[in-house]
Amino acid sequence: MNGYNGTVLRVNLTDGKITREALNQDEARKFIGGRGLATKMLMDEIDPKIDALSPENKLIFVTGPLTGTPTPTGGRYMVVTKAPLTGTVASSNSGGYWGAELKFAGYDAVIFEGKSEKPVYLNIVDDQVELKDAQPLWGKLVSEATAQLEEEHGKKAKVAVIGPAGERLSKIAAIMNDRGRAAGRSGVGAVMGSKNLKAIVVKGSNKVSIADEAKLKEVFARCMTKIKENGVTGQGLPAYGTAVLVNIINENGVFPTNNFQESVFGEAEEISGETLAEKYLKKKDPCYRCPIGCGRYCEVDDIKGQGPEYETIWAYGSDCGVSNLGDIIKANYWCNEYGLDTISAGATIAAAMELYQKGLIKEEEITGAPSLEWGNSQAIIDWTKMMGAVEGYGAKMAEGSYRLCESYGVPELSMSVKKQELPAYDPRGIQGQGIQYATSNRGGCHVRGYMISPEILGLPEKLDRFTLDGKAEWSKIFQDFTAAIDSSGLCLFTSFAMGADDYADMVNAVCGSDYTGTDFIEAGERIWNLEKVFNLEAGIDPSQDTLPKRLLEDPIEEGPSKGWVTKLSELLPQYYSVRGWDEQGIPTDEKLKGLGLK
Amino acid sequence: MKYTVKLFATLRENRGKILEMEKSGKTSIREITEELGIKADDVAILLLNGRDAKLDDYPSDGDTISIFPPVGGG
Ligand code: SF4
Repeated sequence: MNGYNGTVLRVNLTDGKITREALNQDEARKFIGGRGLATKMLMDEIDPKIDALSPENKLIFVTGPLTGTPTPTGGRYMVVTKAPLTGTVASSNSGGYWGAELKFAGYDAVIFEGKSEKPVYLNIVDDQVELKDAQPLWGKLVSEATAQLEEEHGKKAKVAVIGPAGERLSKIAAIMNDRGRAAGRSGVGAVMGSKNLKAIVVKGSNKVSIADEAKLKEVFARCMTKIKENGVTGQGLPAYGTAVLVNIINENGVFPTNNFQESVFGEAEEISGETLAEKYLKKKDPCYRCPIGCGRYCEVDDIKGQGPEYETIWAYGSDCGVSNLGDIIKANYWCNEYGLDTISAGATIAAAMELYQKGLIKEEEITGAPSLEWGNSQAIIDWTKMMGAVEGYGAKMAEGSYRLCESYGVPELSMSVKKQELPAYDPRGIQGQGIQYATSNRGGCHVRGYMISPEILGLPEKLDRFTLDGKAEWSKIFQDFTAAIDSSGLCLFTSFAMGADDYADMVNAVCGSDYTGTDFIEAGERIWNLEKVFNLEAGIDPSQDTLPKRLLEDPIEEGPSKGWVTKLSELLPQYYSVRGWDEQGIPTDEKLKGLGLK
Repeated sequence: MKYTVKLFATLRENRGKILEMEKSGKTSIREITEELGIKADDVAILLLNGRDAKLDDYPSDGDTISIFPPVGGG
């Protein structure tokens, strides 16, 4: 097979049996790979109603056909499983080098099932695959565990690992690879922890076979020119990383502050991408074969490491009222070390700060722990460690903001959708982003359909961020297109420069397939609908396609977006209709048949 | 008329972050960017008091103009 290796590894952690299976080629064609193909595998193998942290859940690490190939950013992998945070399907994407290495070892995906009695890790060296004792690694921070595994298996070995947060089943735990890269969202790290699986170490020596080298060269050259010439991928992201958004989003008055109580942060400049570049940036830190290189490597005092990203700066920064960028970098560092999702971790601290502000969290509950006053920058570091260690009151916060707020009888103070924390854009002033948040198949998320691109950045064209016209249609296209890109193995950021035809041509050159740009997006629509079906079967009904009350009812009080709420009740019916779903938000039989899902 | 011009990312080089400008008559944003030596191509996001604006818009006294070059996503 070209592009794909044609082999899926299955690891039963209950009995230790490791088997190899052939990749289903017809399904690979229908669902591309990555996110799409693994969702199909998950649907076929588990009952969506199961408890996400039970041995019945399966944990799939999956690559796309372009992962490990000489394509720009071709190094992504995804983790697909049932999510403990949301109860929906989880599909968390990560870069770095680990995904490409899995491909070089000869596999397209690894499926973990069951539960090991004792902590183990999986070691893959091409055909040799074995489960090894991970007891000496259990409890270790991400960099320590990684270093120990590298020492044992050589520097060339790539490591994906969970930290203490995942081991102790925090619902906002991430899976970390290459130290600072994260399959971050929805609590995938807790699923790994629930299986007593500490790490996957992989070393490969094969090359991915390419169907048409000459064609790939030509498509590659075309896409590289587009990436280099595009302002965002050629200049903005390389120079400032994602953090450059701080000022943009704040200037538009949609930069959530103090748990979305405000939408302009007076001290944005102090935590901006410009300040990051001036004061803390040491070098760029790109993923495998990435010509964009948005990744940062920063240093402050004795802390050095990857990041921080825009979303992290926001979650720990303005969302907690914090303007000390050095301390945000430190909080990000500890998040990576304990293996927590930075968005959910920061936003959960923000929610706790509001509970404290409102007198719901009592002083005596947190005696001895740092105060939860807005703007306390030492608190974001200390609480991160306590959440990561799942200790004391930190254990309560490690469940995420929804469960925390619910325990005080005020779930509406959790700024989340389907229990997953929203990211760094106030949808009240960006109407398309609002419908996107509400309908995202994994709950609060910006990378399921990045409407910021047209509504704020003006790419591929500028849309008025307040109008409702056309937003349902745009959201659908962005969601479908993104699902297809995530399935291909490339980084979503390439889509600032590349169009559907470019991706289709690239997949065709690598796999020898015959997708058109339209087919590519249609595959994305198929994936989106499949995820929706999973969620419905899991009991996530369309009443959860909504936003926190604050965003629907309380107008933004100050700044350029003053007076706005998200007009979800108008947008949602339009969205369902554009999707070809019924009025209740359920995909019709006709739609599912048309997409080959029935 | 007085305007506040906020520059971001690479546009700050040799120009500064926040400029207070004073003009005697009606002035378009285009004239302001030209005076600052900012090419139209380098203006990717243009806001007037935080709302989308065009180079040919005319700001009023006390307005804030924010100008971004092509930047990133998150
Ligand atoms: S653009 Fe950023 S996240 Fe994407 S592959 Fe490159 S460095 Fe990694």
